[in-house]
Amino acid sequence: MKELSLHILDIVQNSISAESNLIEIVVDESVKNDKYSIAITDNGKGMDNETLQQVTNPFFTSRTTRKVGIGISLLKQNAEQAGGTFTINSKVGEGTTVKAVFQFSNIDRPIMGDIAGTMTLLIGANPNIRFIYNHNTNLGSFEFDTNEVIEELEGIPISHPDIIKALKELINENLEMIEAKLT
Amino acid sequence: MKIKTLADLKKIKAEVQEKIKLREQGENAGNIVQVKVAMATCGIASGAKETMSFIIEELDFRGIDAVVTQTGCMGYCYAEPTIEVTLPGKDPVVYGYVDREKARQIIDEYIVKGELVDGIIPVNYKTIDE
Repeated sequence: MKELSLHILDIVQNSISAESNLIEIVVDESVKNDKYSIAITDNGKGMDNETLQQVTNPFFTSRTTRKVGIGISLLKQNAEQAGGTFTINSKVGEGTTVKAVFQFSNIDRPIMGDIAGTMTLLIGANPNIRFIYNHNTNLGSFEFDTNEVIEELEGIPISHPDIIKALKELINENLEMIEAKLT
Repeated sequence: MKIKTLADLKKIKAEVQEKIKLREQGENAGNIVQVKVAMATCGIASGAKETMSFIIEELDFRGIDAVVTQTGCMGYCYAEPTIEVTLPGKDPVVYGYVDREKARQIIDEYIVKGELVDGIIPVNYKTIDE
């Protein structure tokens, strides 16, 4: 994956398959601690310990259409290559948290890329899932919750292309304002 | 006008509402085209995100009533990005190697005119329930 936003898109697909209806994505950029972390938490069906142990194995998948499952392994590899760490926690019936930490200044840390496009694609395709997106930098933080948007829309479907386009702009505009600056 | 806050979103609400009304009364109402984009690791790595955004924008631009959703890997990782197109009353068809150009061709020829386009993955294909 060339961009962190694509990893997010990929990992969130797991949360969707796990029948979550709340998916929270938190991005923390800390220039001071030289860390760039991404955490994805869902309230899906979770995994038992045995599955959890297997999950970073690229030859493990719960799919039946093919025999490999490399989404999580790729993110783990990318994080570790960029001087970071990868953790995954899960509880059956409660949900799963995936956390990837990168070294902020590491040359191998992929760029975030089009996170607004990723978020709106997910929202448009899964209007019944509540998405929370939280992005913190040294300049401020941005919080986005589809529940608030739905309330504001008063019945207009959130997945309407015009709304999606507007949300993409909203996310981009807000992120631009808090873009981390190396001082 | 730039949209920065939820309050800004409110301003485009009326416009969108009007559009929805027009569509509902249109002659195509009920004839919804269904497009599923395979969005697993293999698809994402091959550019399924761009393909999907393009299809959503293009279908909206042309005023074609469609539902564009995501699906898992259909098992054709070698041919990603893959999409499944279901025209009203027809069997689903899967296309492989769908970049922007291919997507435009599929919309032009298959979705609009109903003519099959090269690049169909020709196996006994059944839609997967996820």
